[in-house]
Amino acid sequence: MNQRHAEIGLFLAAAALPLVLQSFGEDYYIAFATRLLIFALAATGLNFIVGYGGMVAFGHAAFFGIGAYVVALLMAAGLFSAWLAWPLAVGAAALAALLIGALSLRTRGVYFIMITLAFAQMIYYSVISLKFAGGDDGLPLEQRSTLAPLDLANDATLYWVTLALLAACLFALQRLAASRYGSALAGLRQNETRMEAIGYPVQQIKLVCFVIGAAVAGLAGALLANQNGMASPSQLYWTQSGMLLVMVILGGVGRRYGGVLGAIALLGLEEVLGRVTEYSHFYVGFALLAVVLFAPHGLAGLWGRQR
Amino acid sequence: MTQLILEQLLNGLQFGLMLFLLAAGLTLVFGIMDMINLSHGSLYMGGAYFGAAAAQASGSFLLGMAAAMLGMAAVGVILEILLLRRLYQRDHLAQVLATFALILIANDAVRMIWGPQPLLLNPPAALAGPVELFGFIYPAYRLLIIGVGLAVAIFLYLLVSHTRAGMWVRAGAANRAMAEALGVNVRQLFTVIFALGAALAAAAGVLLGPLLAVQVGMGENILILAFVVIVIGGIGSIRGALVGSLLVGMVDTLGRALLPTLLRATASPEVAAHLGPALASIMIYLLMAGMLFWRPQGLFPARS
Repeated sequence: MNQRHAEIGLFLAAAALPLVLQSFGEDYYIAFATRLLIFALAATGLNFIVGYGGMVAFGHAAFFGIGAYVVALLMAAGLFSAWLAWPLAVGAAALAALLIGALSLRTRGVYFIMITLAFAQMIYYSVISLKFAGGDDGLPLEQRSTLAPLDLANDATLYWVTLALLAACLFALQRLAASRYGSALAGLRQNETRMEAIGYPVQQIKLVCFVIGAAVAGLAGALLANQNGMASPSQLYWTQSGMLLVMVILGGVGRRYGGVLGAIALLGLEEVLGRVTEYSHFYVGFALLAVVLFAPHGLAGLWGRQR
Repeated sequence: MTQLILEQLLNGLQFGLMLFLLAAGLTLVFGIMDMINLSHGSLYMGGAYFGAAAAQASGSFLLGMAAAMLGMAAVGVILEILLLRRLYQRDHLAQVLATFALILIANDAVRMIWGPQPLLLNPPAALAGPVELFGFIYPAYRLLIIGVGLAVAIFLYLLVSHTRAGMWVRAGAANRAMAEALGVNVRQLFTVIFALGAALAAAAGVLLGPLLAVQVGMGENILILAFVVIVIGGIGSIRGALVGSLLVGMVDTLGRALLPTLLRATASPEVAAHLGPALASIMIYLLMAGMLFWRPQGLFPARS
């Protein structure tokens, strides 16, 4: 059994999950599984920036949140169709990333970390001071987006749509990483100066990577707004950027499934611990410390060095 | 109007000095060890809780303050030796993961011990009232904060620029490898710096406790402000941290107080009502991004 078979098997198992849960009457877990996939998608976008592009961005919550707010604002204005709203959410996140990235990429290292953080905080504070965006309370959605002919009001359908989008993004990012563009990115990670000397447009290559990762987060944000029934300012706050970064590092930076693994491990651990203790983050924190100290390449690094 | 501005200037000074207490430790950790420590805000929160609990138990604000500073210095030493020391050689991602984990642990530990409700921390009774100052009324407690902040700033300045240990610190910030080669025990020095930084953060937590709420998550807000300060001032520079703190404190306080009024004078009331608060709260981040864009090394670069 090669890797392709394993991937298809896992995908089918994931697709069958709602049916299994429904037959056990555990419908709550369908919503939970959808949340896992949405965060897996957002973390996958960040992993593309951090792992493949080699840029430690500390403002991913901005794009995640923009996606959610675009869907909520459009719905408040009367636009319910996901066919229109979701691409606009992705576009808005990408546009924001284009502007932020163009400015931020003039810096590097810790300065890049700090400037992406600054821009994300600007967006956070702008949004909470806008009355029509709901301020501190966030913006509730009247209903879920309409995705004719599918019915997103059904939890299982939203799950399947999310799963399909996650699989499509993972596939597309994989193809991208294997393309000429992906090779150029890999070259940049190894030696930026040399790539520039050979004649590659270093800044543009990195900017494209930043925008793609942000667009994926925008899509995840649009999905999360639907899942939560609202766009919330906490989704834009810096701790959300931290959480997403933690997921990527936990799963494995630059690993194909790093973001997915990290999101599932972190949220799954939270959920399991939340069943037995009120203080799940206390134990999650120690688990993360153990990963830092004993599994420096993340969970994906525990089995095999292959990307 | 002049009175309002004067009062806001004093508020800005007070806020800036508190930011300095936080930023001083953070900038040295960042500058010397090239370490991103997100858990610095947790030391601030821990200090506020330690202080509030000790002040309630003993009935003395001063004892609460002493307990908070000593307690958090001890926590700092343990943390540095057991964990952070292993992270200096790692990349920033590992540091982010580990120190973010510390935030999660600290927040839940505080909830476990003191519960989810905010703690009450009263200012010392003698300073609870207002005083008259050059013809206007100002809270005495805020004056105390300004006094303590200035004293600490002067103490740190003397420590860093006029003592041998301070020279080692500056040498470490400028070029750690060279300082080590010349015989400075940066490792040990660093444990001390970290403890000092933790004690200062705790002091800020106790001093701000009566003004802001002593609650879980209080560190997350102010941590980012401390990062803004040290980026503007120049990573690793105490002098930069002081100038950056005062700048951020003033810009933030004056911006919130005056910008809405200024906008109302120039734009329509509706625009001002929306734009004023938004612009006021993002001003310091604009300042930070602008600094990173045009002068990433900050106002007072420490690294040689």
